[in-house]
Amino acid sequence: MVRVAVVGLGKMGLSHLAMLNAHRDVEVAAVCDSSKFILQGLAKYTGLVAYSDYAAMLRAVPLDAVLIATPSAAHSAMVEAALDARLHVFCEKPFCLSPATAVALAARAADQSCVGQVGYHNRYVASFAEAKRLVDAGALGSVHHVLAEAYGPVVLKPKGSSWRTQRVEGGGCLYDYAAHPLNLVNWLFGEPQMASGVVLNPIYSSNSDDEVYATLHFERGVSAQISVNWSDPSVRKMTTRLTIWGSAGKLTVDRQELQLFIRDEVISPAGYRNGWSTLYTTELTAEVDFYLRGEEYSAQLWAWIAAINSRDLGGRNSFAAAAATDRTLDMLVRAAPAQPVAQHAGSPLLNRMRG
Amino acid sequence: MVHHLDRLIFGDNQFFGVNHMSEEKARAGAIRFQETRAIMDVLDAALEEGLRSFMCTTHDRVADICAVVRANPSKYAQLQFYPCMPYAHKYANAVTEDGYLGALKRFLPDDGLLGTLFRGGKALATGQIEGLITLLVDMEMKMFAGLPTPVVFLQNVVVDLLLGLKFKHAFRIFADHVRAKYGAEPGFITMNLPMLLDQLAGQGVNNPIVCANMNMIGFRMSGGLEGYRAALATHRCRAIAMSVYASGAIPAVDALAWVAQQTNIEAVVFGASSRANIRNTIELMSVADKAHHEFGLAA
Repeated sequence: MVRVAVVGLGKMGLSHLAMLNAHRDVEVAAVCDSSKFILQGLAKYTGLVAYSDYAAMLRAVPLDAVLIATPSAAHSAMVEAALDARLHVFCEKPFCLSPATAVALAARAADQSCVGQVGYHNRYVASFAEAKRLVDAGALGSVHHVLAEAYGPVVLKPKGSSWRTQRVEGGGCLYDYAAHPLNLVNWLFGEPQMASGVVLNPIYSSNSDDEVYATLHFERGVSAQISVNWSDPSVRKMTTRLTIWGSAGKLTVDRQELQLFIRDEVISPAGYRNGWSTLYTTELTAEVDFYLRGEEYSAQLWAWIAAINSRDLGGRNSFAAAAATDRTLDMLVRAAPAQPVAQHAGSPLLNRMRG
Repeated sequence: MVHHLDRLIFGDNQFFGVNHMSEEKARAGAIRFQETRAIMDVLDAALEEGLRSFMCTTHDRVADICAVVRANPSKYAQLQFYPCMPYAHKYANAVTEDGYLGALKRFLPDDGLLGTLFRGGKALATGQIEGLITLLVDMEMKMFAGLPTPVVFLQNVVVDLLLGLKFKHAFRIFADHVRAKYGAEPGFITMNLPMLLDQLAGQGVNNPIVCANMNMIGFRMSGGLEGYRAALATHRCRAIAMSVYASGAIPAVDALAWVAQQTNIEAVVFGASSRANIRNTIELMSVADKAHHEFGLAA
């Protein structure tokens, strides 16, 4: 049994809690949140042991691991405290708002043989994993351009006071939404050398960006266009899509389907034909023991528990991998032209991040 | 009295841009059904082809459908609704924006009740959480006022969240309230049927109506095909199969032939956007059932 505490019981934390609680090798030994309402409700009806003080919980409860799903600005200190206690850690994305901290924590986790994982669940979406496999196998020949998109209906009018709409707290479209396609681009193509044409614009928000556009430049002339907007009411829920052009063909992939076009003159990868092939999630997705919001959410947690049991430190969403995405996020913030003062005034952390 | 379930129940995913296979198809559906008239045309066709049960989410636009039905009582005398609540995106977005309490305030009546419930940020007492759950159910049921709703479902995202949390008592609260206040049978949608049937049995929710993906390739059936078969054989329940085509991965004729052989599946919920598809599904189901009953044919 892996004894886990779940910290931060917002939307993500609560769903992680439900999934871990359904895992046959996991004992949820404690939960922790600042909201008494949710905490006491859970304690009363589910029998979970509840804490409102993270440090007190770490001292009092014998644990193997913690899952941290608090607002992003709190991640690094909480991960550090967990590593002090030599615990395995699953942390929600984005990992750390400071890339240097992310690197340091990744190194420390590795030194201590603690399994660190970050919740970039798209890497556990079967269609994206298949895209990664195809690109790595050279199915597209030499890749020259990528379009990475994400759209969703999160902020549709001027309002909101939660941390998600404060860039200094790790909210905003860049950290909350664009982090996902950027993390996929990192997975498939590594880290960019430079960002240009960066647009971090508010549409409705007063303290953060609602749309993110940028060009990323990689080694060997590979470029990626980033187009992300979380104020798009035309989509029902978050939609993340990659389109990849290479010398041998083109690939379009989202969480539901993968469409691959392979030129006639080249040999198509096994299972695909020349011209168009389409694979659907039904064919690609492996079943999970417990389903809540999508197979990928369960799959990433099951992978974390399996890695803990086998001391596998090289998972696909390791702290080190997430630190690469933190660096890319930071690169975009630094490359963005200064916003009109009225939109981002009074944001010391942002100013500091811009250097 | 036990409510009779029709063999085929008409679903609503196709009307609201839900397609588990393709974003493009989802958008095409959303465009096609922008006008309530377009939805009513298909629903009318379904009724004319002999379907009577419409299983629908509590999406805002279902309120428009309900209004049309209420305004034409004789035309829709045969139609019954199986509401599925809540329409989860509405709540999820609200929680993200305003937190749990803020979201509750947004959806509950503004009559000072919340103030009483949450004074000083205190936790809820036992009776209060029941009050809260039943209040949320009542808010979702408002759009169906005056219309027949013989079965009321809890959506899978809520059922499976409660299931994972092992917040089992909530199932009982929901079941009792739906029975007492609406004279309806409680229904539970899930992606984890074997686990759900165990927990419902433990709560004394007897012979429940359950709805889950059931298809011959085991797509999105947590617990596996064998686990489902065993659970349905052990627990007394009334099973409605959804996603029998596994989002289009299985040809209709094979999918329905498989359903016909599963003696524990009482009904099938399916979506269709045209009269031809509706008629075709009804015919295929009837042929498959006949073949199974008369000859015990394997597919």
